[in-house]
Amino acid sequence: MADKILAKDKLAEFIAALQKDKDVFAPKLDNDRLVWAPLEKADDIVWEFSNTEMSPKDFFFPQTECMMHFKNDPKAEDGMIMQAEPELAKERALLNIRPCDAKAFGVLDMIFCQDEMTNDVYWRDKREKTLLIGLACNDPCPTCFCTTVGCGPHNEAGLDVLLVDLGDKLLARPISDKGAKALSALPEAAADDAAKAAELKKAAEDSITQGVGTDKISGAEVLDLFNLPMWDRVHESCLNCGTCTFCCPTCHCFDIQDEVQGEAGRRVRNWDYCMSWLFTVHGTGHNPRHGKKERVRQRFMHKFKYIPLKRGGEIGCVGCGRCVQLCPVNIDVREVVNSMNA
Amino acid sequence: MKNPYVPYPVKITKALVETEDKQLKSFWLDFLNPADAKAFDYTPGQFAELSVSGFGEIPIGIASSPTEGDTLLFTVNKVGHVTKKLHNMAEGDVMGVRGPLGNSYPLKEMEGKNVVIVAGGFAVTTLRSTVTWMLHPDNRAKYGKIDFIYGARTPGLLLYEDQWREWQKRDDIDCHITIDREAPGWDGLVGFVPTICEQVAPKPDNAVALICGPPVMIRFTQPVFDKLGWQPEQIVMSLENRMKCGIGICGRCNVGPEYVCKDGPVFTKAQLDKLPAEY
Amino acid sequence: MENQEVAQKIQEVAKKLLSEGKVSCVIGFEKGTVPMRERPFFAYTPEEAERLTWTSFCCNNLANFLVRRDLGEAGKVAVVAQGCVSRNIVGLIKENQISREQVFVIGVPSPGMLDRRKVQAEVGAEKVITEVSEDGEDLIVKGKGFEERVPRKKVMRDNCYTCVQRNPVIVDELIGAETEPTHGGNIDKVSAPWEKLQADDRWAEFAENYQTCIRCYACRDACPLCYCHVCFVDEAQPQWCGKTQDESDVLTYHVLRAFHCAGRCTDCGACESACPMGIKVRRLTSKIEKDIREMYGYQAGMDLESKPPMSVYRPDDPQEFIK
Repeated sequence: MADKILAKDKLAEFIAALQKDKDVFAPKLDNDRLVWAPLEKADDIVWEFSNTEMSPKDFFFPQTECMMHFKNDPKAEDGMIMQAEPELAKERALLNIRPCDAKAFGVLDMIFCQDEMTNDVYWRDKREKTLLIGLACNDPCPTCFCTTVGCGPHNEAGLDVLLVDLGDKLLARPISDKGAKALSALPEAAADDAAKAAELKKAAEDSITQGVGTDKISGAEVLDLFNLPMWDRVHESCLNCGTCTFCCPTCHCFDIQDEVQGEAGRRVRNWDYCMSWLFTVHGTGHNPRHGKKERVRQRFMHKFKYIPLKRGGEIGCVGCGRCVQLCPVNIDVREVVNSMNA
Repeated sequence: MKNPYVPYPVKITKALVETEDKQLKSFWLDFLNPADAKAFDYTPGQFAELSVSGFGEIPIGIASSPTEGDTLLFTVNKVGHVTKKLHNMAEGDVMGVRGPLGNSYPLKEMEGKNVVIVAGGFAVTTLRSTVTWMLHPDNRAKYGKIDFIYGARTPGLLLYEDQWREWQKRDDIDCHITIDREAPGWDGLVGFVPTICEQVAPKPDNAVALICGPPVMIRFTQPVFDKLGWQPEQIVMSLENRMKCGIGICGRCNVGPEYVCKDGPVFTKAQLDKLPAEY
Repeated sequence: MENQEVAQKIQEVAKKLLSEGKVSCVIGFEKGTVPMRERPFFAYTPEEAERLTWTSFCCNNLANFLVRRDLGEAGKVAVVAQGCVSRNIVGLIKENQISREQVFVIGVPSPGMLDRRKVQAEVGAEKVITEVSEDGEDLIVKGKGFEERVPRKKVMRDNCYTCVQRNPVIVDELIGAETEPTHGGNIDKVSAPWEKLQADDRWAEFAENYQTCIRCYACRDACPLCYCHVCFVDEAQPQWCGKTQDESDVLTYHVLRAFHCAGRCTDCGACESACPMGIKVRRLTSKIEKDIREMYGYQAGMDLESKPPMSVYRPDDPQEFIK
């Protein structure tokens, strides 16, 4: 599929076309915070940004999501019987999603939709109805390390379209058929536009100097990594809060709870986090991950050993660096992983 | 698209307090829609999420055997929010069942072998399912000698008495039912499960052992089997961990890379030896 | 004393304590991996003590780690403590969580810690800061294509600006000399904008303030008061508070937590510094702090002797507010 060109002064048209059958969202500045919000007009688009404060996983996996509802009346017909929530009514487009966040959805696809039984219909429905238009990262942050975890600032995996900012215009690369369709009205890019995009890609990749090594981790036995003495120190300052997991684009653990208000009952899922002692405690009080050390170790082992083992080598981290920036005690995933890989 | 989170509606057709401490109660459940019964195609060793609307779900091993028909049997220990509510539910009440979930006992790999079943306390549930399945005329010939070793603290804490009394009458299974200490009126064995295992001394040759029970029973039973020459590959166990989704996504039941709900709950000792003991 | 000099002194004291075996561990700060993120560090050997540092970005409350570690096994530990942290240590002693003998307090008069979010806003939200250093009353902030001097005063944490106790209240070894007790801000003004409002408007402001909360509980987990083995939000039987992002659940958490900290909060600001969303948690706690001060004449953790007002009953307790 040939690269296309989208002039920035033609953006209004492009967005209007998207909005015909889709709700369009894009990163927006809100009191110094970059958040995802409905896009009203092309002028509101932010072009210079590192990344949104939180990952956009909430679009597919909301922090609180009603899965089912029921009539809380045992005597009523259909009373107490769970009914699934309706599917997403309208398609959506996420404009200017960063390649790392899109890659994360690819990793999560492998977890939410594994086979006939492990087929998270809530996740799948929203994924299938959302167009991902990525914006390549030309100026990665010092906390970015995507290139060292199988991703990159211009990475295409998981996207439908990749946009590369060339100044007054965007190189628009169709990646999926869905993406090609969205770009069908645009003119083709010239050879030097593609060359310019390639240059930007190389410069962005080269600017990422700090990262993680994972070669030894992938060759090591689970128990050898699990029993490393480093775990005795890594957890010391950890507060066991949920910041790292909630800002993470690949963290996907959840809890399921029932709620009742009068006749209205619902079954809801909420994000949960492996740092919480509550996460694993048995009804008997026994807790397989009873201490801070066990819980901190789980998070890193899960992302860098367990997921790769189960998902054909795919790492459960895309190197977005949010946890590095937001951890209240600066536990830096790069340091931890490099110690695991030592 | 099948929604794996929506439980099948079922009706409690019979409920029975099983033990003298009233902690364990059995529920017989019938599907409201016959098509659901057909879809719920299970094998001994699997579990299901029992759903009580307004309270939540709880993963429980299936105690019935598919050879017994469409009615499902679950025996529930009263420990938390959901199970307390469940214990207060009565015949005729509607609830939900989601599953079947997890893997099962390796019934296929066990064919042609002698089978030793060791159960302690209420962990006997899925083993009741297994024994019932193996004793069914369609299946019995596939297996060699069957030993069933089952213990509880007192006679009143033993589950499924009618069932094992029936099995005791048969000559194609050796039942060794034991209680911890002498009790009035008890005519069976006395002694802890590991001790009984020592006396029964099952031979490891061409055999598989399915062992389920509280951690302390496992801890003392393991050395007995080791001493008799059993290899870790021959010992099969079923794990329990806190679960929510039951389909390998929500992240809390994992033991290393393996999800107890999806890759388990059944693992061989050889598999567990290579995993962190987070269970 | 300049922060760098303080850091030197902390290292010296820590090395001495560790090499003489007086403590098993010194809890202090080390340099973080990103600018303006000094982080808690546990030094067990004199060599490790060389990593200890002290800057204007030591924003965690280290008293927190006295209750989140098994001190029974650790023996005596030393903690680097400025005014608020020392007040929290006093609080933990009064609440029988630790004993005075278990802790060696390395006291440091607080320079007033700085707010990394304010620094970021000062240079521009879109700029990437790569290095921040201190030069007297200024910060030198560097990034790709820029270098700016920012006065410390302009970017001080709100709670440090309104601090009433910069000097540690209990000390085993003081680093440097005692300083002015306050930074001059008026703590009563923190809650003033909300106090003035009618109930409905106040509720609206309050809800707005916590709108971005993601319920990661970093505020709770960073707080040395929140040592409950099972926090009320985690309690399942009965479940006091829903787990969803619905406004009522989120606000229930914050209101109940704030009340649980009444008469105990030292206004250390660790909650605000920990919050990944930059929520002004103190809007709520400072009002309670003020009420406790005005109604009971009490400020948390100022001395070992006075009784915490919420754990004693007096026949002459002011009662208007309960009616």
